[in-house]
Amino acid sequence: MTLAEMQFVLPNLSPASAEIFLLTMACVIMMVDLFVKEKTRALTFALTQITLVGTAAVTVLTSAGLLSIVIAVLLGPDASADLTPRIVEVFGIRTGEEITYTFSSMYVADLMGSVLKLTLYFTVFVVMLYSRSYVLDRPQMAKAEFYTLSLFATLGMMVMISANHFLTIYIGLELLSLSLYAMVALNRDSVTATEAAMKYFVLGALASGLLLYGMSMIYGATGTLEITGVAERLYMGQANKTILIFGLVFLVSGIAFKLGVVPFHMWIPDVYHGAPTAVTLFIASAPKLAAFAIVIRMLVNGLIVMAQDWQMMLIILSVLSMAIGNLAAIAQTNLKRMLAYSAISHMGFMLLGLVTGVVGGDARFALNAYSSSMFYVITYALTSVGTFGMILLLARAGFESDELDDFKGLNKRSPWFAAVMMMMMFSMAGVPFFVGFFAKFSVLQAVVAAGYLWLALAAVFFSLIGAFYYLRIVKLMYFDPPKDMTPIQAPFDMKLLMSANGLAVALLGIFPQALMSICAYSLLRSL
Amino acid sequence: MLENYFPVFVFILIGIAFGIAPIVIGLLVAPHRPDSEKLSPYECGFEAFEDARMKFDVRYYLIAIIFILFDLEVAFLLPWATIFKEIVQTESVKWFGFAEMLVFIAILVVGYVYAWAKGALDWE
Repeated sequence: MTLAEMQFVLPNLSPASAEIFLLTMACVIMMVDLFVKEKTRALTFALTQITLVGTAAVTVLTSAGLLSIVIAVLLGPDASADLTPRIVEVFGIRTGEEITYTFSSMYVADLMGSVLKLTLYFTVFVVMLYSRSYVLDRPQMAKAEFYTLSLFATLGMMVMISANHFLTIYIGLELLSLSLYAMVALNRDSVTATEAAMKYFVLGALASGLLLYGMSMIYGATGTLEITGVAERLYMGQANKTILIFGLVFLVSGIAFKLGVVPFHMWIPDVYHGAPTAVTLFIASAPKLAAFAIVIRMLVNGLIVMAQDWQMMLIILSVLSMAIGNLAAIAQTNLKRMLAYSAISHMGFMLLGLVTGVVGGDARFALNAYSSSMFYVITYALTSVGTFGMILLLARAGFESDELDDFKGLNKRSPWFAAVMMMMMFSMAGVPFFVGFFAKFSVLQAVVAAGYLWLALAAVFFSLIGAFYYLRIVKLMYFDPPKDMTPIQAPFDMKLLMSANGLAVALLGIFPQALMSICAYSLLRSL
Repeated sequence: MLENYFPVFVFILIGIAFGIAPIVIGLLVAPHRPDSEKLSPYECGFEAFEDARMKFDVRYYLIAIIFILFDLEVAFLLPWATIFKEIVQTESVKWFGFAEMLVFIAILVVGYVYAWAKGALDWE
């Protein structure tokens, strides 16, 4: 067969223009930095931030749905109804109104993906800004690789979010993981960082192997790796059930590894603790969004027919994570390690929303359940960025400030940042009228609506245990004498953003409705 | 049917001859002064039998990984080159087929420049 006889269709590149832009810019930044001699890498940093803003702009301008949401949030719904069609016409936007597939259906652009990507850029932007002074104080870290690897990791996450093919998910995941392994080891003179990187690499490779093995089983059972194709074959009942279940078990194990839920959580505390705090901040926030996206893509978009099976597995993972995460966190004296266990319990809680989508073959509650999880993961990323950012804010050259004792008497050193940290802790603990409360509340609502009362009770019980160690930090900050009175040396922009972050956590707690409806709406348009 | 495999048979014969002939010629013609280094099975700088947990120069790793990258590049370039004529003659993929490979090479060049500028290619 000659080329002319093959019906070759040129791929539509426009849905992926954000990825293409980011990749081009990451390469440009890598090249520019080679010829920049100055030590502060101000140019590299500035270019990275400009790239993230630019990618966000490209994403908004290629998705009509996202555009209308963004305008509605900024200027109000009336302005959105008025402005959106005009901007759509000016820029000739043809994607984002409905689900668009491209690259032979290996890539999908939908509203859920666009919303998650926008949150992703925002998170990475904040992470880069918080890390700035920490990185400058540590000569080992102050390399361009910190910025370029972050951008490549972001690209990997974007690919994961927009994947409609098991192999696309895998490629995105590997791009993310390989960048993260290198970032953890960036401070190569530190023994703990090297150890963390080694553990992360070995366990991460194992997890990727599990995931791939699961994918190969799914392929064996259905004869396709395209996620919508898998869903179709399953719906028609054209799949070997035994092989499918086998594949599903490996797939769920792989996902659990990447999410870091019990019993696949072993790497989380060591990596969070050992990695430089700037990298911990990155690992603890943005990848959770991408992990949520791949769970939706693989399990909900692809294997919804098997919901009864994977929901059972996720229930076990979720309850174990909440139990072990919250109990082990109590025993920690290092704040990064404590937050690592807290991350495990939060991911367990997030999974609760995903296990309640289908009840006895009835998917009535699915939208509610999945959007509560999406809300949970977005607000968790926001809060987690703030909490780790606070460690960075208090750190200075030669001082990490990652022990619980370093937070003693923070109120005497800086009442405002003690208050911000308190808001973060209250939100993580789920104290009413902070955003974490509504995140937990909406997930619990979905769980109760699905009829799993015992699950909701267990979740509340473990959250109450969890509240202890969050409130202990508040106690340390307000009622203990400070260990050192060194004033906080952080640049002004970081202080400003940290204040905004704290206020966002408080304000979203008072007005959670907007973000909740964005989550629900974007899922409604994408599933 | 069977005679279709005749070229394969000839190929195998020539292959075997090519493998054996240099050894035979070497045995007959070359000077024969063995020493312990020459008789060791591998001459790569490592002892063939020793503890696997040894320190070795990380530069080996660097060179190896760069080699794999550019080795794979050729593995993709070669099949593309064989149908290049066909690509440029087919209207629908004319520019796409050309540009796609340029993009692929450009991405690898970025990596190459990076490795070069960082000194990964200098041995000393």
